[in-house]
This record gives sequence, C-alpha cells and structure tokens, in this order.
Amino acid sequence: MTLWEVDIHPAPGEPDLLGRSTAAQARDLGLGDLSIRTARGYLVQGDISGEDMQRLARELFADLVVETTRFGKIGYDELDVDPAVYDGNDAPPSTLIHVLPKPGVTDPVADSALKAIADFGLKADAVCTLRKYWVADLPADRLKLLTTKLLANDSIEQVILGPLSLKRIDVSSTYQFEAQTVQITTLSDEALLALSKVRTLSLTLVEMQTIQAHFRQLRREPTDAELETIAQTWSEHCSHKTLAGMIDYRDENGERKFGNMLKETIFAATQRIRKELGKDDWCVSVFKDNAGIVRFDERFNIAFKVETHNRPSAIEPYGGANTGVGGVIRDTLGTGMGAKPICNTDIFCFAPPDMPAGELPPGVLHPRRVMRGVVSGVRDYGNRMGIPTVNGAIYFDERYVGNPLVFCGNVGLIPRDQSFKEPRPHDLIVAVGGRTGRDGIHGATFSSAELTSQSEKVSGGAVQIGNAITEKMVMDVLLAARDRGLYTAVTDCGAGGFSSAVGEMGGEIGAEVWLDKAPLKYEGLSYTEIWISEAQERMVLSVPEEKWPQLDALCKSENVEATVIGRFEPTGRLVLKYHGTVVADMDMQFLHDGRPRVERKAVYEPIAERRLQKAECKTPSSNLQSAIPNLQSTSDTFLSILSSLNVASKEWVIRQYDHEVQGGSVIKPLTGVANDGPSDAAVLRPVLSSRRGVVISCGMNPRFGEFDTYHMAQSGIDEAVRNCVAVGADPSRIAILDNFCWGYTERPETLGSLVRASLGCYDLAVVLGTPFISGKDSLNNEYSYEANGQRRTIQIPPTLLISAMGQVDDVSRCVTMDLKSAGNLLYQVGATKDELGGSHYALVNGLSGGHVPKVDAQLAKKTFAALHQAISSGLVRACHDLSEGGLAVTAAEMAFAGGLGAKIRLAEVPSSTPAVERREGFDDVLLFSESNTRFLVEVPHANRLHFEAALAGVPFAHIGEVTDGGRLQIAAAPIAHQHLPPTWLVDLDIATLKEAWQKPLRW
Amino acid sequence: MPTPRIIVLRAPGSNCDQEAAFAFETAGGKAEVVHLNRALENPKILAAAQILCIPGGFSYGDDMSAGRVFGNQIRHHLAGAMQDFKAAGKLILGICNGFQILIKSGVLLPDRADEPIATLTNNDSGKFECRWINLAVEGSKCVFLQGIQQLYVPIAHAEGKFVARDEATLNALERNAQLCLRYCEESGANPKSEIRSPKSFLPYPINPNGAQRNTAGVCDETGRVLGLMPHPERHIDPTQHPRWTREKQERGDGLAVFENAVRFFG
Repeated sequence: MTLWEVDIHPAPGEPDLLGRSTAAQARDLGLGDLSIRTARGYLVQGDISGEDMQRLARELFADLVVETTRFGKIGYDELDVDPAVYDGNDAPPSTLIHVLPKPGVTDPVADSALKAIADFGLKADAVCTLRKYWVADLPADRLKLLTTKLLANDSIEQVILGPLSLKRIDVSSTYQFEAQTVQITTLSDEALLALSKVRTLSLTLVEMQTIQAHFRQLRREPTDAELETIAQTWSEHCSHKTLAGMIDYRDENGERKFGNMLKETIFAATQRIRKELGKDDWCVSVFKDNAGIVRFDERFNIAFKVETHNRPSAIEPYGGANTGVGGVIRDTLGTGMGAKPICNTDIFCFAPPDMPAGELPPGVLHPRRVMRGVVSGVRDYGNRMGIPTVNGAIYFDERYVGNPLVFCGNVGLIPRDQSFKEPRPHDLIVAVGGRTGRDGIHGATFSSAELTSQSEKVSGGAVQIGNAITEKMVMDVLLAARDRGLYTAVTDCGAGGFSSAVGEMGGEIGAEVWLDKAPLKYEGLSYTEIWISEAQERMVLSVPEEKWPQLDALCKSENVEATVIGRFEPTGRLVLKYHGTVVADMDMQFLHDGRPRVERKAVYEPIAERRLQKAECKTPSSNLQSAIPNLQSTSDTFLSILSSLNVASKEWVIRQYDHEVQGGSVIKPLTGVANDGPSDAAVLRPVLSSRRGVVISCGMNPRFGEFDTYHMAQSGIDEAVRNCVAVGADPSRIAILDNFCWGYTERPETLGSLVRASLGCYDLAVVLGTPFISGKDSLNNEYSYEANGQRRTIQIPPTLLISAMGQVDDVSRCVTMDLKSAGNLLYQVGATKDELGGSHYALVNGLSGGHVPKVDAQLAKKTFAALHQAISSGLVRACHDLSEGGLAVTAAEMAFAGGLGAKIRLAEVPSSTPAVERREGFDDVLLFSESNTRFLVEVPHANRLHFEAALAGVPFAHIGEVTDGGRLQIAAAPIAHQHLPPTWLVDLDIATLKEAWQKPLRW
Repeated sequence: MPTPRIIVLRAPGSNCDQEAAFAFETAGGKAEVVHLNRALENPKILAAAQILCIPGGFSYGDDMSAGRVFGNQIRHHLAGAMQDFKAAGKLILGICNGFQILIKSGVLLPDRADEPIATLTNNDSGKFECRWINLAVEGSKCVFLQGIQQLYVPIAHAEGKFVARDEATLNALERNAQLCLRYCEESGANPKSEIRSPKSFLPYPINPNGAQRNTAGVCDETGRVLGLMPHPERHIDPTQHPRWTREKQERGDGLAVFENAVRFFG
C-alpha cells in the first residue's frame, strides 16, 4: 500500500485563481498585500504503481491544457517546493500551509475520485483532497490569523504547516458492540440537568423528570439510544414545544391563555379562510406534512417549505448553507408522495460586511466571510441540483453578528393524486441515498440551544457537509419510483436522522429497525450514532414487500444505494436492534405524547410613541444639543438610502445563482433594459407546455419590530403579498409561510413579542384571505461571550420572514418594474402616511422614534384586488411596490432599470394627511415614508380612464410622467400657507442613482 | 418529413435534460431521456437515434474538472459507439456541461487523453455566473447554426473559458471555421447588417469567461458535432427573454438550433 500525493498547479502563464482570491480576501481582513501561491491536490491510498499514478495524474486529476501536475509518494520533497522557485527562480522564503478535511468529514470530490479511479481499472482504498498555500513569511500571530480566519475552518478542516507526514488516510476504526444503559432513575435534579448538558440532550429539568418517572415505572434504566431518541423527538427543532405550547400572554388589551399558541393564531387563520372559501378551498395539505400544499391546475398541486439553518451556518457558513438548501429540498421531495423541486428561495440576515474585525465579539466569524460562505454554499447546492434560485433578500443588522440567519425555501410540483401518503403495517423501512457517518450528531438538540463563543469547539460534530449530486441522484430515482407506485410513504432524514424519520413515519403503527443494516461511510459507528446521525442526502421510504425488488432494481440502475433497515410492525412500539440484540424498546405514545406540557409566560409592553428625533448619543454632552434633527440634504439622504446595504443591489449574489435552469423562467430576479433592475417577485412556468405561472416573493422588516411586532408582522405580510401582486399574481390565490427567528423565549418579554407578532399574522391573513400553509421557527438566537470578565449577550432583532407563493393564469399578463416609454403616466396607488419610524430614512440619518407603518387590512384587500384587475386587463406597463426607502427609491429603481427619467410632483401624492395639516419637512414623509400597500404604476395615456375606473374606491393619484431625459426630477409640494412655486427637491441623473445603488455590494 | 429520434443522455448530476428534450420536441423531434448507465451496459442503444444530445448540468459533480468523469467514461467505454454515430452522418449536440464532456472525451476534437487539444476551464471571474449574452455565428459549417446570424441566450457556468493547447491549434480551428459561435457585442437597431466578426478579444462581461477568440461554441470538422457553453434550450418561449415585457418577441432565439437539427433529417 502506498500513499501518493498528486498536486495540480496552474500551467505557466495561467492565472492562479485561488491564490488571487485568497490574497484579495486577506486584504479585506487587514493583512495587507500578501504574495500567495496555491495548488490543489489529492492523496491517494492504495496499491497503485508509479506508472498508473502518472496516468491518473494526467488523465483524471489535471486539465493539461491549463494545468501541470507534480506527484510522488507522500513526503517527496519536490511536492512542497514553492512554485515561485520551482523553475529555479529566486524568491523570498515562504511558509507552506496544507489544508485537509478532518477525518470523517464528507469529501464529495474524493468520493468521486475513488469511483473515477475504478473506471481506469485501478483500485484505491481511500482518497482525500487538499489545498496547499505558499505564503511569504509572516509573523506567527498573523500567520495564525490568516489560517484560522481565511484558509481553513477549524470545525471541518485541519491545518498542517510544512510537509505532510501522514501514514494513511482511511478513517475506519473498529467498533466493539456493547449495549449501553444510562443510570437515570436514581439521579437528583442537579444530576439530571448535568446529564442533559453533558450529553447535549437540551432537555429541561421537567422533561428529564418525566423521563425518569417513566423509567422508574418500567423498573429499568433507559438505554443510551432510548434517551437520545426522546431528546431528538422532544427537541424544539422537531416538536416546536414553545410555540405550540401553552402560553399565558398579557398585553395592554388584557390576558389571553393559549393551549397551543401556533394553532390558535397562525393555523386558525388558515382554518377560518378555508371554511369561508367552502367548496372553493384551494388549500390541499397544510401544517401536517413536510411542506404545505395548495392547488395549482387540473393536474398538479404545488408545495412550499421554508426552513432555517442558522446554527450550522454560524459555525461553518458554506456547509451550513449548503446543507440548509439540501435539507429543504428533501422537505418538498418528502412531501406527499414526493414533489419535484422547481425553485429555491434564499433569504439571509448578516451583520454588515464592513464591520471592523476588532469590533467582533470573540468566537464569531467575520460577517464578510459568513456572507461569502453562505452565498457559495447556496449557489453550489442549488445549481448542482438543477433547481433555479429565483428569489431572495439579504438583511443587514449588527445584531446578527453572532447569529446570522439563513432561510432556505423550496417549491415543488406534485401530481394531485400523489399529495398524500400513508405507510402501511408490515411495509419495509428503506433508507435511500447517502451513507451514514458521524456527521451532524446532535444537530436537532444543538440547534435548539443558545450559541456561545465555545460553540465552535463543542459542536463540530453538528456541522454537515452536503453532496448535491447524491441528492440529485436520489431525486431522480425517487420521482421515477413514485410514478411507478413503488412505495406507500416517504419522508426525509433531517434533524435527528433516522430517529426522527422513522419515529414520525411509524408513529401511528410501530417500527422495528435493524441498525446494523444501515450502510456506513466508514466503520466504527455505535448503534446510537447510526440512529441519530444527521448525515445528508438520505430519505426513508415505506415499501410494500412485493414492491421491494422493483425499487431495488431501479435504484441500482442509477447507482443509488437503497437498503432495507427495518419494518413497520403494528405494535405501537419503536424497537431498535443491533445484530439481533434489542437496544431500545419504547412506547410510541410516550415518545410522541409523553412530553410534559409547560406553560410559559409571555408579556408585551407597548412602547410609547415618540416623535422622530436624533437617536440618543451615548456621550452626556450630546443631551444638550438641539432636539431638531440635523439632516443631510434631501438628495444626500436619497443617495445614502440607495447605498444602504438593505436597499443596495444584490447582483453580486444573484448572478452566482442559476435562475434559468429548468427553462421556465418568466420574470427573473433582475430585470430591465440592462437586466439589472430589482424585480418585486419571480415568476416561472413549472409546466413547460402550460402558460400558468407560479409567483414567489417575500417580506421582512426587523427594524419595525423595535416599535411593535404586531405591525412588523403585518408589514411583512403586506410586503410579501404586494410584491406578488406587483408582477401580476392573483391576490385571491396567494399562500404564505411564516419563519420566526427570535431570541431567548424563556424571557416573557421576548416570547411576548413573538405572540404579538402571531396575533398580527392572524388578523391580517384572515382579512386578506392569504392562508398560512407551512412554517418553521428558530428560537434562542442569542450569542453570549465574555468581555472584560463580564458575560455579554447579543440578541437578534425579532425576525419574521413571510414568504408568499402566488399564481397567474397566463404569464403573458405579467408586468416588470422597469419604466417602458417616455410620456406614459405615473400613478401612486395607496396613500402615504407619516410613518418614518423604523424607516431607512431614519437609519441613514441616525433618527429614532416616529410612527411605525401599519396596515389598513380592509383597504389593503381592496387595493390588491383593484390593482390586480388593472394589471390582468393589460392596462399597466410597469409596476413596483413601495418599500425600503419609500417613493424615492421605488421611482429611482424603476427609472434606472428602464433607462428612462421621470418627473414626479409630491403635491399630487395621495396622503392621509391633508395638505393644510402638513408641516415643514412633510416632503420627506412623502418621499421616504415606508407606509404599506403602495405601488408606483406606469400607465399609457390611452389606458388612463380604464385604469382610473379599475382603481375606483382605493387611494390613488396621477403623480408624474415618464421622461426620456435620463433624470429623476421630483418637485417639492408647495407649503399650504406659502404660495411659492414648486422647486426641484431632487434632480439627479439616473446613472448617479444607479451607481449609488450598485456600488456597495459590487464585490 | 420523417421525425428524427433524439437521445438526451443524462448522467448523475445532469440537470438540463428535461428542457433539452422539450426543445427538441417543440422543434418537431421525438426525444427520449436515457441514463448513461443504459448506454454503458449496451452501447448499441445509441444507434437507434439520429441525434445525440448531452445536456447541461454537473455530471458527477464536475469533480476533478467539469465533464471529466463523464468524458473519461466515453473515452474508456463508448469511444467506438461515438465514432460509429459520427460516421453514420448523425448529429451530436453538447450544451454547457455537454460541451465540456464532448471536449474532455475527445469526441468533438479527437485527441489523446494525455495530450488534449483544448479545454473549457475556470472563468476568469473565478466564479459561476448566470447572465444573458449575445452570440454571433461565424461561417456556415455547422449544421445546427444554418441560417442563424445571432442568438441571445443565457450562460450559466463556472468553467466555460475555451482555451486551446497553443496558438497554432487555435489558428487551425479558426481557419477551418470550427470556432463557429462567438460572444459578441449587442447589435444595434438593425442587427443583421451590423454583425461584425468579433476578431479582437472582447471585455467582460461581453465575453463572460475570458474564452480565447471569444469562443462560445465549437464544431467538429464535419459541422455535425456542436458543443456550446450557452443554453439555447432556455430560450424557446418568448417569455424566457429577459426583456419580453419591453421588447415583444415572436419566438425564442434558441429554437432555431433545434429546428435545424430536426430539419437536417427532413
């Protein structure tokens, strides 16, 4: 057996792309201009001759047109020579840094290489990928900064300075079976809590006591597998015990007791809407399967799910986001009898990427690195799966520094008669897809805990690495098997692995699982590790015994591994065996219904409304300063808002996603004359032979949560719905999803703000007739660390993502947001109110207070319906919603996207404040207020009367025209008591506006 | 007109097979998606088709390099079947990953595995990019591009930079009219009269990846085998055009590529 190393270098004259980007990122980190050379390489272990190895190096590993190879037995001197001196040149001394995956971490390229080597008729025992960096000599501390902050991620990779001295790279170890029990029946309360902590069970004392009582009654100790199964099943991640629990809520309107908070708010809204729709109900399956399902057309339904993958992304942004996408795709694949994924949507919350490294709390990754990693992770999984990523948003706030949020959504298309599943007694339990390894142990329980600066160390096992191609292969065979009727039920292996998938699927029946049958990535896993591993790309099927040979053959024909690992036995028990020995035997009912119900307290104290004013400064002297805001000029404020990170163009991100694959793209994320204006929503045709479209959009306003989470929630719904309506979606067919990401909900005030948001959701969804069909929460998003001997905690702002899925009968009726023709009229639909609280106007001017935007629910319903009528009648040429930055930003985006100018008269803008009551400065309200339910609409002259007739009964006004001058000109409203002629408050070139908008994130 | 049969050959990680088949069907062909394993088990099945299409995607993860593993499988197991297919006067189309596979397998530009003639390597930008680009057809050698002067279609790739082994190879390919599809500047109001042969190297993002001689597509000596990085199957319907709401389209630009292939057997 030999351990070979093959290194791949750029050929002379070819660019070193990895070296170049590493040097650029080192500069961002403040390490100055470093000279960095790189190579990528492979370690190959096996009985392979030098001649064969040379062939592999040239014909498999290297691309000889642009690359050269060096290879030899590991430790061969020449492998480690700096490319700068390799050809005999002089160069200053450098340090060689090797980066390798840690043993056991998924290495998809190495897996492919193993198979590709076999295709040459050769046999390797193991392959491992590596990267090599030669860096000009650096002081030790800066070298450490470079390796830990940039070159390697300690949670999945190891760094070796200097030559490699490995002997072998296979990670198998032997496992000696021994059934383990855990002493619990005699433990004190303190010891119970300690046990929960040391095993990362994340169970509370009451829950531990319940388990203790259960096993006392059984007169035995639980096995480790039993204890772990209970912890997984009862985890926040799997059971939503907080939000679906009893909550005693109090706010200014009095007290309310919830038996199941989610059921009585979010679900209740859907139930009421469905009841009111009666026979026209278009919901199919809500809040019970992995994704919500609604009716699409005569043949198909559509499913939608949005997941959070926050904790793993904080620790390993690439792998976390990668597996977040992989996980949510499995959710729709595991919905009903399996939906075909048709598009992805990804929303992120990060700290600003320009935060100085010195201001970061200890233990967090730099937000720029988090953002790069997350975007790459989403890109690589979605693109490889061949699923277009069509919609998203990025929200920046410093409080996400320790808890970045990553929301991954997937929409699936499913034949109507395949929308439900039912496993049958005696069906086989079949695992399909990836093998089981030690990756992701305790993901479900870890994700329910608070992150600390130590998390990176203790939870390395919770990080998974995805392999999108494995999942694509699973998807291909699964959809074929579905259409051939080869199984009765399917679900994904997500958090909790087999324990959750089998436990859920067999909950009503009972199951026996033979853990030794599960195919492993490497030997040495204990039965409990097999049971709770969160290794990726696995699905579980319930297969009638007579169908198994056909399913087995289908999977083999596409090189997908499928294994019988047990049987659904009608016993009501969950029995686990390892080589015939029973290692767990539990009552399904205790598992699913035994969790003690905890009553939590929730309090909401309304915040007194304050007028808009300069935010309080921390220095005492500033208190003496004038309370009158000292603002920038209107134009400067305008440009600052366009350049603020939440508003600025996300083209750098969007271009890295394939938003065209599957060939159904109708409205793309970027649109307009130069394909770079921001669309309100994405539209695609999932059935290529049909004109019917799916519309995807989202809404999120964490800044409004500081005022009142009720209005924040309603604003989020209004934003998601109006984005859908803006492109042409029918407002009576929009389904919505909720994703709550909140702080530590054991605190009554934090939970109270969440309950209040849920009440807002109920009230608005019911009026708009937009049912919630699925949701997911992520609680305890706080980051704790020590600074100057004190414990500090950063709590994320309350963050509610609303995702919307609309439909259009005929995509050719859709409209985009770019201005089309000079001379057309501009209408504002919806009234502007004095609502600058939480606005980007306040943000860029350092203001606090003000009124937070509210939603007039009845008027919103009417407005959406009227505008849809106008759009679907073909009266509208362009439409864009008013959101962050208000009318000013909307007008600018429409103008530069269309390459046209516009004239707007603020005096004409519809507003709830009568002209006589407007004070000086009200123009800023008209320009920048972020009031809900508003649109700016381009209408040809010829359609004027029909458009105005369609909008009868809702606030709207003709406020300007499209011009071909290439300038955005906004006239101030004359102040009532001063009869002055209107002046240009804003007169800016669209190129200037566009540059302000594009520059900040043009990476 | 007889209906030609098309095999769209997918492998683990292929992902543009459905829309490629749909494009051929829209053009009047009869398309069937077949797993590579079926061809490896029995290379003769390819002979049943008149057109072979290797679609886009990430076959085998594009691990090692794009198209490498699929390309090697052709070199090791299907070289004869491919040779027969070409010799029978049939058509082969490789789109995006399919182009990478046709190059890496030596099907498009016959070569030795350890002495490749050309490659498609990492974009100069160093990243995957999805954007719409303008293409100009050079010469009239390629069957798929007959009668087409320009195309507006999207690219979506990380490894699309065409690089030949050396200048002499590049010159020979160009002389032989095999560099048949080039990235070009957006043409003006009257595109047909303004198409200029893009001789000089065009800047990013007009040439989105830094390809030599702005090469977006290459055909073999016969003009019956075409590989191209852009995706004509993603512009079949007018509403796929990114500006369809402002520039009304009658049909998608890419459809002509598939119609030419089907018509070749008419």
